[in-house]
Amino acid sequence: MELFEQILQYILSGLSTGAIYALIGLGFAIIYNSTSIINFAQGEFVMLGGMLTLFFHITLGLSLPLAIILAVVVTTAVGALFERLAISPLKDAEPIILIIITIGGSILIRGVAMLLWGKDTHALPMFSGNEPIILMGAAMMPQNLWIFGITLIIITANRLFFHHSISGKAMRACSFNRTASRLVGIDVKRMILFSFVISSAMGAAAGIIIAPLTMTSYDVGIMLGLKGFCAAIIGGMSSGMGTVAGGLIVGVLESLGAGLISSGYKDAIAFIILLLILFIRPQGLFIKGEAERV
Amino acid sequence: MLKIESITKIFGGLTALQGVSFSIAAGEITGIIGPNGAGKTTLFNIVTGIYDPTSGKVYYGGTDITGFPPEKLARLGMVRTFQGIELFGQMTVLENVMVGLHTKSRSGIIASALKLPAHLREERHIRERAISWLEFAGIAELAHMKAANLPFGKGRLLEIARAMAVEPQIILLDEPAAGLNSRETADLATLIMKIKDSGITVAVVEHDMELVMEICSRIVVINLGHKLAEGTPREIQEDEKVITAYLGEG
Amino acid sequence: MKFLEGSMKQELMKFFVFAVAVFTAPVFFKGGYIVNVLVFVGIYTILAVALNLLLGLAGQISLGQAAFFGLGAYISGVLTATYAVNPWVAMVIAAIAVGIVAFILGFPILKLKGHYLAMATLGMGIIVYIFFNETVDLTGGPSGLPGIPNLAISGIIFDSDIKNYYLVWSFAIVTILLSVNLSASRIGRALRAIHDSEVAARILGVNVRLLKVQIFTISGIFSALAGSLYAHTVQFISPASFGFNVSIELLTMVIIGGLGSIYGSFLGAAILTLLPELFRTFQDYDIVVYGIVLIVMTMFMPGGLVRGIPLLARSLLAKVKSGLPSERRV
Repeated sequence: MELFEQILQYILSGLSTGAIYALIGLGFAIIYNSTSIINFAQGEFVMLGGMLTLFFHITLGLSLPLAIILAVVVTTAVGALFERLAISPLKDAEPIILIIITIGGSILIRGVAMLLWGKDTHALPMFSGNEPIILMGAAMMPQNLWIFGITLIIITANRLFFHHSISGKAMRACSFNRTASRLVGIDVKRMILFSFVISSAMGAAAGIIIAPLTMTSYDVGIMLGLKGFCAAIIGGMSSGMGTVAGGLIVGVLESLGAGLISSGYKDAIAFIILLLILFIRPQGLFIKGEAERV
Repeated sequence: MLKIESITKIFGGLTALQGVSFSIAAGEITGIIGPNGAGKTTLFNIVTGIYDPTSGKVYYGGTDITGFPPEKLARLGMVRTFQGIELFGQMTVLENVMVGLHTKSRSGIIASALKLPAHLREERHIRERAISWLEFAGIAELAHMKAANLPFGKGRLLEIARAMAVEPQIILLDEPAAGLNSRETADLATLIMKIKDSGITVAVVEHDMELVMEICSRIVVINLGHKLAEGTPREIQEDEKVITAYLGEG
Repeated sequence: MKFLEGSMKQELMKFFVFAVAVFTAPVFFKGGYIVNVLVFVGIYTILAVALNLLLGLAGQISLGQAAFFGLGAYISGVLTATYAVNPWVAMVIAAIAVGIVAFILGFPILKLKGHYLAMATLGMGIIVYIFFNETVDLTGGPSGLPGIPNLAISGIIFDSDIKNYYLVWSFAIVTILLSVNLSASRIGRALRAIHDSEVAARILGVNVRLLKVQIFTISGIFSALAGSLYAHTVQFISPASFGFNVSIELLTMVIIGGLGSIYGSFLGAAILTLLPELFRTFQDYDIVVYGIVLIVMTMFMPGGLVRGIPLLARSLLAKVKSGLPSERRV
């Protein structure tokens, strides 16, 4: 039964990283749905979450919970600043311009992080100890439970917000029809800012909960961002369950592939999935619809 | 020349067109009118290969062209203009028309990169033809202006000149008078008549009734995705169904 | 038509002046260290021009150009270092192989637009980079591939900075000429049409899909040639030179120079290659600088330096002129 246990192990750890990809993917989807922009800097918010927590906790000696809260706050501020300074002035520009701006933003954030904290990788301490929990022969770190728990909370809060609160519904309205939203009095500019705020906060949270398991450094944003994007694409850029499913799928497939086939190509697996989805079904696996030719 | 047979188009839950059929005769100007949202532009998009119909067929000179992509239709002599003018904004007025001559030229990548003599000869020819089309549309003096800087009315004329450069057999104009003042509309009417007189079939989607009644020899009325009526301008003006559709009951 | 000859003459003059400047430059620099740097400027010029054809002309964003650069370098490198193939033959094989890969990949990739295209090319670039790192037996993995021979023609071995300068810049000059020609031709117009309005281009009969793939292929082939040249001049290659960062650098070069301006790409390549050399101590700041440059240039000088500087000069001049006489505008 060893293979079974191994596969279970891979699936469990895959679900864990998948949850992170789901959170990052939701961040992409939320911004995309209110602005039609893909925020290339999303991965950097994830990186900032982990790195800032490290800074506050280890360098400044603050307690872990406080460090986490501060990290999320600062990252959210960075996200809001980014929107105000670089996105808002250019929202009517060609898509290429916006893509380049967000790429520029992501490089800038990454560069500043490197200057402040160097290129080393660091480990954040686990939230509740290093003793693995054995489940049906597969080992799970308590951190994984934290990941599942927090992800679940965030996703539920997300759903409640977007479907049951006025602001949330207003944001969804913006994503469906910006002009109509303006006409009924929704402040679209504020909604856009808000979407950046939510996405950067979620990204930071994702970065914080995964950091104890996978080490963090100034350039983790690129890979995590891309994989989160992959999750969002699979989910059809939906701010809901589709993206969550997408994240879990990517996480599990990546984990299985790395374990069963080859660990060196682990990162390549997610990107191959990304390419395949973009080539074959760019509208995602869960959305029905016809693609226009033009 | 163009036969539209039972075209139906359903977008998700919305039926944009339902069983629309009519013909466009060669060498004539046919108008397609109807209240907003009637499905006229959707019809154009289907005929010109931008959408596929849910069902139905389009025949062009006897050939079934349903589902043919736009670039193929251009080579078969069908060209169109857009409601919102799709100019090549960053290129000059002259260059815009030169792109219209793409199908009339053949220099490939290698010949262009190496500037072979045949390519140079062809470039000269393209430029000459393009200038004559600008003269045809009456905007030759604007040749070196950036297209994005054109006033709206001139932009419309450019789009038509560019389409004419394809040397089409049929040209479909999507609301060419939208946004034009009365003088510009009169110039437009003259230009369209000039096009028809050179033997080209014209189909026009329009809201400007005066223009339609003046230049079209035949009119098709579409309302809520159905063909409401078809006939000469006179017949349409007197058709009760049409009057009701535009003005409401009573 | 006099005008046609006139503007063509202008272009030829520009090119001639540029070519003369390139070929006489080493004399002015008395063959110092800067000649070595200029070799790299040449290689990156080829790469930047290749990207500009795709991005500036056709409007197709690619964040994976480093993949073609790397493939060209590794195919040349492996064939010559491990299998002792003639370097020129290897270069041709690399160009053809990469051309085929680009052509085949081009069809599915270029169906995508905007952000999706950017992500797909990014993913493609990273997959190739991982491949270079993992196929240790073939490529030497992260430690790199040493022992790549120099190129040679009839007894002249290109083993010094000055010889490599002329080798690389011969290729660069030809690339620039071909690209300038292409840009001002029927094909160039069709590409710019695709950039401005794909649907209008199609309606006029342009085979958009095929043309996009063709320009993607050409861009790939030029990049592969640059890769081969890189391999033979540096004689050692490792995956680090072909990662995501390089694709971003190339993007920055094209943006600085100006989308669509071929000579601008040279300017961008020159600036981004020379400046780090001049400010050696600020090596670590380069990422930050790229980020700032991208944002600032895109926001304030979208036409790049080539168009931006003349515009800036003109507007400054106008401000000076309006400030001189003591007229006040209410």
